[in-house]
Amino acid sequence: MSNLDNFRQETRAWLEENCPASMCEPAAEDDIVGGGKKATYKNPDAKLWLDRMAAKGWTAPTWPKAYGGGGLTKAENLILQDEMFRINARTPITGMGFSMIGPTLLDYGTEEQKLEHLPKIVSGEIRWCQGYSEPGAGSDLASLQTKCEDKGDYFLVNGQKIWTSGAQYADWIFTLVRTEPQAPKHEGISFVLIDMDQPGVTVKPIRLISGNSPFCETFFDDARVEKHNLVGQLNRGWTVGKRLLQHERSSISGLGSAGRRGRYDAMGTLPDIAREYIGLESGKLADLSLRDSVTRNTMNLRAFNLTQRRAMEENESGGTPTFATSMFKYFGSENGKERLEIQLKIMGTQGLGWEGDSFSQAEHTLTRTWLRSKSSSIAGGSSEIQLNIIAKRVLGLPD
Amino acid sequence: MPLVLNEEQNMLKDAAKDFCTNNTPITQMRKLRDEKNENGYDTGTWQQMVELGWTGITIPEDFGGLGFGYMGMGVVMEECGRTLTCSPLFATAVVGSSAILHGGTDEQKGELLGQIAGGELLMALALEESPHHNPYGVAATAEKSGAGYKVTGSKKFVLDGHIANKLVVVARTSGAAGDRDGITLVLVDSDAAGVSVTRTIMADSRNAANIEFSGAEGVLLGEEGKGADVLDKVLDAARILLAAEMLGGAQECYERTVEYLKTREQFGVPIGSFQALKHRAAEMFCEIELSKSVVLEALSALDEDSDEVPELASLCKARLNDTYNLVSSEGVQMHGGIGMTDEYEIGFFMKRSRVCEHTFGNSAFHRDRYGVLQGY
Repeated sequence: MSNLDNFRQETRAWLEENCPASMCEPAAEDDIVGGGKKATYKNPDAKLWLDRMAAKGWTAPTWPKAYGGGGLTKAENLILQDEMFRINARTPITGMGFSMIGPTLLDYGTEEQKLEHLPKIVSGEIRWCQGYSEPGAGSDLASLQTKCEDKGDYFLVNGQKIWTSGAQYADWIFTLVRTEPQAPKHEGISFVLIDMDQPGVTVKPIRLISGNSPFCETFFDDARVEKHNLVGQLNRGWTVGKRLLQHERSSISGLGSAGRRGRYDAMGTLPDIAREYIGLESGKLADLSLRDSVTRNTMNLRAFNLTQRRAMEENESGGTPTFATSMFKYFGSENGKERLEIQLKIMGTQGLGWEGDSFSQAEHTLTRTWLRSKSSSIAGGSSEIQLNIIAKRVLGLPD
Repeated sequence: MPLVLNEEQNMLKDAAKDFCTNNTPITQMRKLRDEKNENGYDTGTWQQMVELGWTGITIPEDFGGLGFGYMGMGVVMEECGRTLTCSPLFATAVVGSSAILHGGTDEQKGELLGQIAGGELLMALALEESPHHNPYGVAATAEKSGAGYKVTGSKKFVLDGHIANKLVVVARTSGAAGDRDGITLVLVDSDAAGVSVTRTIMADSRNAANIEFSGAEGVLLGEEGKGADVLDKVLDAARILLAAEMLGGAQECYERTVEYLKTREQFGVPIGSFQALKHRAAEMFCEIELSKSVVLEALSALDEDSDEVPELASLCKARLNDTYNLVSSEGVQMHGGIGMTDEYEIGFFMKRSRVCEHTFGNSAFHRDRYGVLQGY
């Protein structure tokens, strides 16, 4: 038996023994664990599951063991995800620590930074958020103005960030700041890590069209940053920040999340929903126009998933996202949005409930998810920005 | 199923690219068209393809082929698609040989597959009876007659119909047009009595024919009444390999267009600097990348004889129909006036794409079929 077969058997046995039964049931929105000092656990099994997985480093399976990770190879990780998927095990914890700052520190962090921050991400002790956009710096991110001054043995940060997802739950924020106001806009930016547990940092949630407040405004008023929390070189933060964006885009498009449950899957696949709400006539969905929309979107999704797999197979060294991330970010978010629009058409008014008992929990979730999906083609670089990147970086079209 | 080529397949692809670039550039197709060449392909070039072994790529070694599989044939078709190569390769060495492989007796396989691999036998599938792909909508009849069958009916859009030596005729021994049961495949020599072939000149300058059968005698291929089982397999292989050709054409057309965007200047700048064109070019990039994946997956599935072949055939034919259509239309649009001229080659891709699109199922056909196969 090969080593991988052994690994699969051991993993399967371990999961069966250690994954609590309730962690194999579908997760509602408020069941998703993000960790951090402010975390609460509605179901104690969620904490138990997190602690057990973290102890094996399997919350970040491919990170090196030296930093608390699982030290798994890509192939082993695929097996782990596969086995988790097989028993419908929930991902024990998610968040920007895992999808963004962790991979970025692995690429650009000092040994000291990796040792300080990565193990606390793996264990769920520290939750991270992202300080990128500002009121005046959205798609034109490099025009950001948050000021970071050198005060000798520390930095002082003043300014405002916006669309800081999950800032109200986070403990630390990775932030792009301006350290050299006179330099050309891409060359005066630095990447710093800021402890949010200090008087100079204030967070204010923003209510969105979905009724939820996943995003915040984050204000820095003489916030203090120790010098060892600068990642990469001073004034060279744009390079670090761009790499992190690639990780973010991979994460939004679902790349690298093999085995994880899709965010929109609470109600089943599009054909499942169509069968339930529209029904079949002679073996085909009764509304032929909607049926065509369903097959188009479903077939595109399959082609998209195959392309993600192909990208992984082509890039066997693994882990480092390429320009292809812009394609996945673009196509994945657009296909996902379209899918929810089709779902609304299938469900009619039953898909537009806002409150009350006339709608099932799943139907309520759909309304919010549909609205929330609109952000997927805005956050992390809009679809238009992704197309610009493809045109420039992949196709070599002139500015 | 692997989505990347192995070393041998990569070598074959490189060799095919060299061959097509040097021996069958688009100028060859133009010349055949302008000369109104009676074969519609260059016999010398065809002989070279035979010598390269292309006719035997999907034929097992036991029957005189290379046993190189559909993935291998796919990379060759892709390269032929890039240069719009005119040859009997598809109708004979994909469609014809898979009909014999899936339907033939050991004796038929032993006799005919070697002839296909050796380039001595050209074949064609006589299926359609209307302008739309309708595999079970067969009204042509086959009647038992001695040891063989007599075929009567009208067939349209028979690819390579006017050059083939043998025709696989899809006829009916029972039931009515639309029934899957009752379909019977009959092998008819094209010079048999009662076969009347009329070449049709199509927009893509490739070979097709209308064929009238009036009591033409032939022999059974496969089981009487169960021809659809063989036909479905043949068609799925054909759809996937045609999609591979379309992938090549779409990529070539797209690359030429992107190059044009970089060099053509208006308002004092390259037109590729305009965002209206950049975004459309980037969207096409995504469609092509997705197209590569579905073609590779479908070719792998054919080689593994997977249960997923039918749905993957529909997935990839529908996608390549749409992608090639989009890319070739945008190719003409983005080239502007020059794209409308016969002298410039970009328009050839648009003509070829539309003929391919309507060969063995348009996108509506394949989306409908995909839904049915998935149970909705």
